[in-house]
Amino acid sequence: MSKPYEVRVEKVQPLSILATDGTIVNQEEMPKLSDDQLRELMRRMVFTRTWDQRAVNLTRQGRLGFYAPVSGQEATMVGSEFVLNRDDFICPGYRDMPQIVWHGLPMYQAFLYSRGHQHGGQIPQDVHVLMPQIIIGAQYLHAMGVAMAFKKRGEKRVAITYTGDGGSSEGDFYEAMNFAGAFKLPAIFVVQNNGYAITTPFAKQTAAESVAHKAVAAGIRGVQVDGMDVLAVAKAVQDAAERARNGEGATLIEAITYRFLPHSMSGDDPSKYRTKEETAEWEQKDPLHRLRELLKSKGLWTEEEENQIIEEAKATVAEQIKKAEETEKMTVPGLIDSMFETTPSHLEEQKAEFLGKGEK
Amino acid sequence: MAQMTMIQAIKDAMRVELQRDPNVLLFGEDVGKVGGVFRATEGLQAEFGEERVFDTPLAESAIGGLAVGLAVQGFRPVAEIQFVGFIFEAMDQICVQAARLRYRSGGRYQAPIVFRTPFGGGVKAAELHTDPLEGLMVQTPGIKVIVPSNPYDAKGLLISAIRDNDPVFFMEHLNLYRSFRAEVPEGEYTVPIGKANVVREGKDVTIITYGAMVHTSLKAAEEIEKQRGVKVEVIDLRTLMPLDIDTIVESIKKTNRAIVVQEAQKSAGVAAEVIAQINEKAILHLEAPVLRVAPPDTVYPFAQIEDQWLPSPASVIAGLNKVLDF
Repeated sequence: MSKPYEVRVEKVQPLSILATDGTIVNQEEMPKLSDDQLRELMRRMVFTRTWDQRAVNLTRQGRLGFYAPVSGQEATMVGSEFVLNRDDFICPGYRDMPQIVWHGLPMYQAFLYSRGHQHGGQIPQDVHVLMPQIIIGAQYLHAMGVAMAFKKRGEKRVAITYTGDGGSSEGDFYEAMNFAGAFKLPAIFVVQNNGYAITTPFAKQTAAESVAHKAVAAGIRGVQVDGMDVLAVAKAVQDAAERARNGEGATLIEAITYRFLPHSMSGDDPSKYRTKEETAEWEQKDPLHRLRELLKSKGLWTEEEENQIIEEAKATVAEQIKKAEETEKMTVPGLIDSMFETTPSHLEEQKAEFLGKGEK
Repeated sequence: MAQMTMIQAIKDAMRVELQRDPNVLLFGEDVGKVGGVFRATEGLQAEFGEERVFDTPLAESAIGGLAVGLAVQGFRPVAEIQFVGFIFEAMDQICVQAARLRYRSGGRYQAPIVFRTPFGGGVKAAELHTDPLEGLMVQTPGIKVIVPSNPYDAKGLLISAIRDNDPVFFMEHLNLYRSFRAEVPEGEYTVPIGKANVVREGKDVTIITYGAMVHTSLKAAEEIEKQRGVKVEVIDLRTLMPLDIDTIVESIKKTNRAIVVQEAQKSAGVAAEVIAQINEKAILHLEAPVLRVAPPDTVYPFAQIEDQWLPSPASVIAGLNKVLDF
């Protein structure tokens, strides 16, 4: 028995609304979404799955560069972005392309980012996102800073950021939540716990009861959701955003999810660190299947409709990759000029030297 | 015109900018009510309120990341890192996130941030409070590095830094904070970033230096003039990135001899860069190799021997004699 002066943590039950067969098991927690919005969620998840499959193929063809697959995580990615306002701000990690594209980043720019082109990060003025972050957890701090800006200006906007379960081991992860707690900032910190930090399983990542528990140490609200359940994710983010807008501070959301494919298309082989049985078990929890079954039972979805969306996604990807491929290439002089607002004379000189070399 | 110490001039620069631009924010550990461990922000929270001048939790990476997030939203953060050795905790946010924001976003976002930090030896501070880390910063693409040597420059350069739309690493030498007063104009004025200052004119040899070593070098210049009648020119770089090579080359054309004096360890630092650029641009004007006067490549020593470790007027004179007698 624990002593009265001992900190105790209890197990947490993830929020779940939609069972794996598509039935609603938690009616009282249903997010505020109309039938049309439910259909739109489904449309976006189907679109995202198709886009991901195409992106994987494009990577194999050498037409994309670094790419981190998203299949399996659509409920968390699509569901969390869907319930945000247009002027809420997203600080993504490298896997979080769906969120920023659904938030307004043109898809061809996401492709350019993957292809190592600077224009990929030239976010349009009316799109409220940062380019994806490579340093694990750094984006948590940026979201915290953006959230402070909203609070200082008295705007009812929310900053949301994402990392994986590995990211929850970083100091920046904790520092951001601690600042957000101390300053009571309108921030939402999402951890997509997909079970593996590249190859390291979650059991070797932390001895904490859950990632959600880490919110306790920072003095912010922590929740855990079934990350394969788009309605649970939508509800958790809706709640967190409402609290943030009401001045009630930040929330950490741990979404329990799974990536069906490798960590990235740059070399890791999932068969070396996880079993077929495990993957098959998670496939039973496929977020698309669950919402599809619910919508079908309500007469809101048909196979023809879904096929049409798949074709639409394929056509969009084809058009957008073409646009990316046709975008004028970066240049070294352009790179030199992008270091500072006004290029200092030593860089002007290096630019001239480079151009001289090119002429030879 | 007011007589100010360097710390007063630095505070005055921040006050001027807080008054001028509502987007300027000051934050860091203990900068609020108490005004920072060196009182650089003393009274500013009382004057401008806790929304503009505020204490943060103790976490340097988060201070850096907060600055980046606020900058993305149009604020102009002036973030204090309490002592220079603590920047290692924030290296990603300073050298990667802030310094690369413009490049990564193709100019869509910018990081008009000033990272202020005290540094510099000869004060018997605790370990990692004084290390001359400017070489690390100078080698980081995308960030400007400033080291003022006097109150007038400190105020004018800090105002320039706060108004700059790119990140600036602003290093304030602990030994200069309160060592002397100088005339500093009231209100706003700027000293341009990237422009060195010839602080002593001479015709026989040039000393290129910055920070507290400007004062060590001036002492050496006076002494050697008494000893052997040579006229030493002393250049205060003021800005280490970008470097004002034109002023250096002009001087070398006149004196044909030079040494570089720095407080940082000898190898691969600012002095090495200055000499490399002199080789590229002025080698035919040299009558002797350009020497470095700098401490050995060790860690910054514990207080007991730092005075022996740091360059002194005597070691600068030894360097001058070598190039004069080459």
